[in-house]
Amino acid sequence: MTGIGLQECLFLAALLFCISIAGIFINRKNLIVLLMCIELMLLAINLNFIAFSYFSATISGQIFVFFILTVAAAEAAIGLAILVTLYRNRQTINVADLDEMKG
Amino acid sequence: MQNTLITLSLIIPLAPLAGALLAGLFGKTIRRSGAHWVTIIGVAVSFICSVLVFKYVIIDDFNGGKFTYVVYQWLQSDNFDFHIGFLIDGLTAVMLLVVTFVSLMVHIYTIGYMKDDPGYQRFFSYIALFTFSMLMLVMADNFLQLFFGWEAVGLVSYLLIGFWYKKETAIFANLKAFLVNRVGDFGFLLGIAGVLYFADSLNYAEVFAHAEKTKFSGQVIQIIPGVDWSAITVICILLFIGAMGKSAQVPLHVWLPDSMEGPTPISALIHAATMVTAGIFMVSRMSPLFVLSETAMTMVLLVGAITALFMGLLGLVQNDIKRVVAYSTLSQLGYMTVALGTGAFAAGMFHLMTHAFFKALLFLGAGSVIIAMHHQQDMRKMGNLKKYLPITYWTALIGSLALIGFPGFSGFYSKDIIIEATRALAGHSQSGIAQFAYFSVLAGVLITALYTFRMFFMVFHGKERMDDHTKSHLKEPGWVVTGPLIFLAIPSLLIGLVTIAPMLFGGYFSNSIQTPEYNVLGEIEKHMDGGFGVGAFTLHGLLQPPFILALTGIALAWFFTLKRPDYAESLKKGLKPLYLILVNHYFFDRVYQAVFAGGARKVGNILWNVGDRKIIDGLVINGSARTIGLFSRVFRKLQTGYLFHYAMVMVLGLLGMLTWLVWPVVKGVFNGV
Repeated sequence: MTGIGLQECLFLAALLFCISIAGIFINRKNLIVLLMCIELMLLAINLNFIAFSYFSATISGQIFVFFILTVAAAEAAIGLAILVTLYRNRQTINVADLDEMKG
Repeated sequence: MQNTLITLSLIIPLAPLAGALLAGLFGKTIRRSGAHWVTIIGVAVSFICSVLVFKYVIIDDFNGGKFTYVVYQWLQSDNFDFHIGFLIDGLTAVMLLVVTFVSLMVHIYTIGYMKDDPGYQRFFSYIALFTFSMLMLVMADNFLQLFFGWEAVGLVSYLLIGFWYKKETAIFANLKAFLVNRVGDFGFLLGIAGVLYFADSLNYAEVFAHAEKTKFSGQVIQIIPGVDWSAITVICILLFIGAMGKSAQVPLHVWLPDSMEGPTPISALIHAATMVTAGIFMVSRMSPLFVLSETAMTMVLLVGAITALFMGLLGLVQNDIKRVVAYSTLSQLGYMTVALGTGAFAAGMFHLMTHAFFKALLFLGAGSVIIAMHHQQDMRKMGNLKKYLPITYWTALIGSLALIGFPGFSGFYSKDIIIEATRALAGHSQSGIAQFAYFSVLAGVLITALYTFRMFFMVFHGKERMDDHTKSHLKEPGWVVTGPLIFLAIPSLLIGLVTIAPMLFGGYFSNSIQTPEYNVLGEIEKHMDGGFGVGAFTLHGLLQPPFILALTGIALAWFFTLKRPDYAESLKKGLKPLYLILVNHYFFDRVYQAVFAGGARKVGNILWNVGDRKIIDGLVINGSARTIGLFSRVFRKLQTGYLFHYAMVMVLGLLGMLTWLVWPVVKGVFNGV
């Protein structure tokens, strides 16, 4: 447990968060990568929770993480289900092809 | 007594209104006979109530012959109080009788005249509404209600002149009448505004009290900056412009001859009782104001004199039977206006009354001729109708003699008193205008006799110029037509004789009309030995120039129409320029159409092209659409439709907001370090 303090944890979380955001922007190919990035974003937040909970010696933060993980799992399931339907409808999951929102 | 009068004065205008609404809104349900019954009963009730009101207020001398009552307070704004109220005094009472009586006769007559018209119910509704409007006008006790009646009369006249709305000329005529009246009404409205501004009230009683107390002295108005005009003169002239429009005085007379496009009963109604008299009545009502302004009175005199003389001349060249009568109305209105201008308001009202009867009679007589001739109005195609239409003949003779002022007939008394009044004024003031007015009314007598009897001889005497088909159908129309003729012939014959002494010299108008400083009627009375006597006045009239002129007129008419019609033709050729001027009505119509109507159309065209099409359509509407289109062409580029672009913007926005939120803390941390 030497050398790893709150700052390091938070830095790691922020790094993960930024990577996931960059993944959302830069990724032009696969919608699954997009979903993975969102998951990663959630995990980065969870890491913050755990870090704060650990270093302030409060257990409630870690309990929250369990809930969030559960919800995230459900959300991922729904996201993947939508993805499957999307693929069936359009025969593609290429992000660059999905520009229906244009006015 | 107060309560009885309130009820009566409410019934007088409301009965015709009820008739008009029933006939107009439920015309289909109540059918033709229903329509004429409700309106005739409405007007008849109104007439009976008018008689009762006359008896109670004037004969029984209720409250000194003046009854006022406020029916309904419309609104109160600051000190101004607008209400609907009734004022019944000598002036109103005589107008009520004349209007309701003539209107009743016209209603009955209409049954015969409009027998075959598809718009039967509509017509009855309109004429009853016309009566209502005029009654509201004469019964008003304040300027606002007067103006209401004034405009309502204008509106209904528009509807009636254009009654045959499929006839091109009728549409033209009613639009013309409406527009010309608008010019007058604008002046009238400004006059009322002036009254409100200077007298601080619109109630007759308060305005007249103000006029009496202050005489408007020192009150001036600047229309052109730097030039002070006396307020009372401006007000009176503006009010008189209103009267010029309604009472068809030169130069706002052009609508009246054209109003002949309407059915004959409304010509009778407009010319005798309900519309053109409004101006004369209004000026008489405003006599307390007019006597204060000599300038305005001179203008009234001048306009009246011009109308009396020049409009009469136009009657000489008309061949349409109704138009001859129409020009005689113009000329007679000129006489009334001259009377007002001399300050003999009572004489003007007196002539208004006698004129209402004999002019209604003449119009209805002309209508009777027109029915018999199957709607042929050209006098050149008539002749010797005496044989076929005896009742029309005799009543028309009475009407014509009354019109030319033959001694003993009603027109004689009223017209002679106007001539006497003008002579008195001309002798007193020495002004050129008064001399001109005296000349006009004298020359007018000759002209009136000439055109009246030209018409009379052409229609009822001489050769039968109609075709055989018409001739075989010629017969007197039924009693609904001849009845009103007879009922109107009686007052045309007698009313002057009976009423001249009490009305003009018996102080009948003493509480409603103010006389100017130089009271011409008083002067006339002074010149008569032992006061005014009808007999003496009639006998005196037999030796006077007007009578001789009238006889000359009849003789000339007889000579030119019956004895030697070829002379009339050669006279027409010999005086070609004069004839052309007269046939073209002194070019008034042409000039108005070219300058005012044409000018208005040009201005309209310019406004349409520049204002509407270029500025509003081009610049404002299409311009703004184009600008928005231009902007959106740029901004639509931002909408890519890709999720990650939106996400990026969202995150950037979030980042920006967070920075803004957190920045003070960060700054504090740095400062702390």
